[in-house]
Amino acid sequence: MTFAIRTSGLTKRYDDVAAVDGLDLEVECGALYGFLGPNGAGKTTTIRMALGLIHATSGAVEVLGERVSTDRGPLERVGALVEEPAFYRYLSGRRNLEYFARAGGRGEGTRRRLARVDACLAQVGLIHAADKRVKAYSQGMRQRLGIGLALLGEPELLMLDEPTNGLDPTGMREMRQILRALADGGTTVFVSSHLLAEVEAMCDRVGVMAQGRIVAEGPPGTLRGAADRVRIEVDDVKAARAVVERTPDVSVVSASGDGSGVLQVMLAGVLTPGALNAALVAAGIQVNALVPERDTLEDVFLHLVEGIDVPR
Amino acid sequence: MFRVEIGKALRRWRTWLLAAALAGVPVLIVIAVKASPPQPQAAEDAPPFLLQIVRNGLFAPLTGLAVVQPFFMSLAIGLFAGDAIAGEAQSGTLRYLLVRPVRRVRLLVAKYLSAMTLTGALLVGVILAGLLAGGVVFGFGPLPTLSGTTLSTWEALVRVIGSGAYILVAASGITAVGLFISTLTDSGPGAIVATVIVAIASQVIDQIPNLHTLHPYVPTHGWLGFTGLFRFPVDWSGMRAGLTVSAVYTIAFMILAIWNFRRRDITS
Repeated sequence: MTFAIRTSGLTKRYDDVAAVDGLDLEVECGALYGFLGPNGAGKTTTIRMALGLIHATSGAVEVLGERVSTDRGPLERVGALVEEPAFYRYLSGRRNLEYFARAGGRGEGTRRRLARVDACLAQVGLIHAADKRVKAYSQGMRQRLGIGLALLGEPELLMLDEPTNGLDPTGMREMRQILRALADGGTTVFVSSHLLAEVEAMCDRVGVMAQGRIVAEGPPGTLRGAADRVRIEVDDVKAARAVVERTPDVSVVSASGDGSGVLQVMLAGVLTPGALNAALVAAGIQVNALVPERDTLEDVFLHLVEGIDVPR
Repeated sequence: MFRVEIGKALRRWRTWLLAAALAGVPVLIVIAVKASPPQPQAAEDAPPFLLQIVRNGLFAPLTGLAVVQPFFMSLAIGLFAGDAIAGEAQSGTLRYLLVRPVRRVRLLVAKYLSAMTLTGALLVGVILAGLLAGGVVFGFGPLPTLSGTTLSTWEALVRVIGSGAYILVAASGITAVGLFISTLTDSGPGAIVATVIVAIASQVIDQIPNLHTLHPYVPTHGWLGFTGLFRFPVDWSGMRAGLTVSAVYTIAFMILAIWNFRRRDITS
């Protein structure tokens, strides 16, 4: 099977610190893959190696079945946004796309790109500003122009590093819709992000990176399940705590208040918030609110790395 | 890639500003000489070229080239070669060029050729402006050589153009040095300044008599060799030395630039 991206033992060391540490990553063709991790996890370094911008210390990376190196660069069939977009500020948006199209030479790929300039500008909603200098663009417009540039070559694989940076909520939703539509059309989309909600809202598959390694991988729902917290407001914290401690598959995270107050618990295994509620009510406790707490990436991340021995 | 580079440069204000500054030099000289012609009794103080302009407009482009070469040329090479990679790295566009993809060696070669072409275009601008201003104000005529013989108007024109061509080729070495400097840093202005400093320092060293043992090895050695075209018979020795030095520097520093650029991690 050909993978869109496949790394084996990919490592990048800066002096003694491994930014990427023996990474084995497989991204199937056609997936919308979320590459999640806190800042400094090694996501950008991985993407830069997959694009032939930086040398791997060891290991290999294949993109669309071909080995990538700094001598060859990526394939024509890859579109990318690496960290923030960058353009020639003294040129208009349209000219920027034309120049990047021509930079590859005079072959078929260039002709195809030049013919698509206006279509790409329209796709990212910049056709009205196409002739303005990039200097005058807002951050959101530059971000969208960056996506337009990545789409110019009708790529089979899109590698986007934090594509929703600098976008307002409407822009973020539009971006997700664009990426979803591309993935549904058969393009493999590889998106890095540090926002769990964003990745969960659009991706088919998620890999979580921390300290240079993949610490979890799978459909987005499975990650959240690993750390399910519930906030319960009751009239008698002490009694509620006693009930929770008797019940299997649940543990108290924190309790506050004497008498009426708030209890925070962590669910594990098969216990559902509903079953916990029933147990509390059966014990004669009044439950005023029972709210599943959405975990931040930090929580999921911390939970994920707890059980793993990561040398520092 | 080469055409893209030229196109980009032509859409920058600074390119045109530099071209205007360079082309303005021979025009200014013509105006200055016309406004206060050198007096015969001051002949010993005045540079020989300036004294001749009054009689012959052909001296204007030649004087323009000679005046422009030490500083403005160095500045142009700084802007075109020093900024070539470093400037792209600073603006972040370097990574987008490389993922387009453009191979690194190809990018460097295109940058080198476009830097040379743009420098050449500036020199053409100096010659044309000088011919125009000098021709209109003083007219053309046969040109006396430094050896006391006389060149016909056409022969003199050919030698003026030859001087420009020599100045350009002699600048190829320092252009390669600038390109190498450009691969060392992600700061455009830093690379520009470093290149200009190297070019000027090299010329200064070449002028200090006490350092004569170094002279044959500095990258700008022989820059003034084009004056040999205005002797009779033509004195090729200065130009031969200049061409040798620039060929060696071009080859050596292009190899260094390619080596360094290929091994580098692009983190800009």
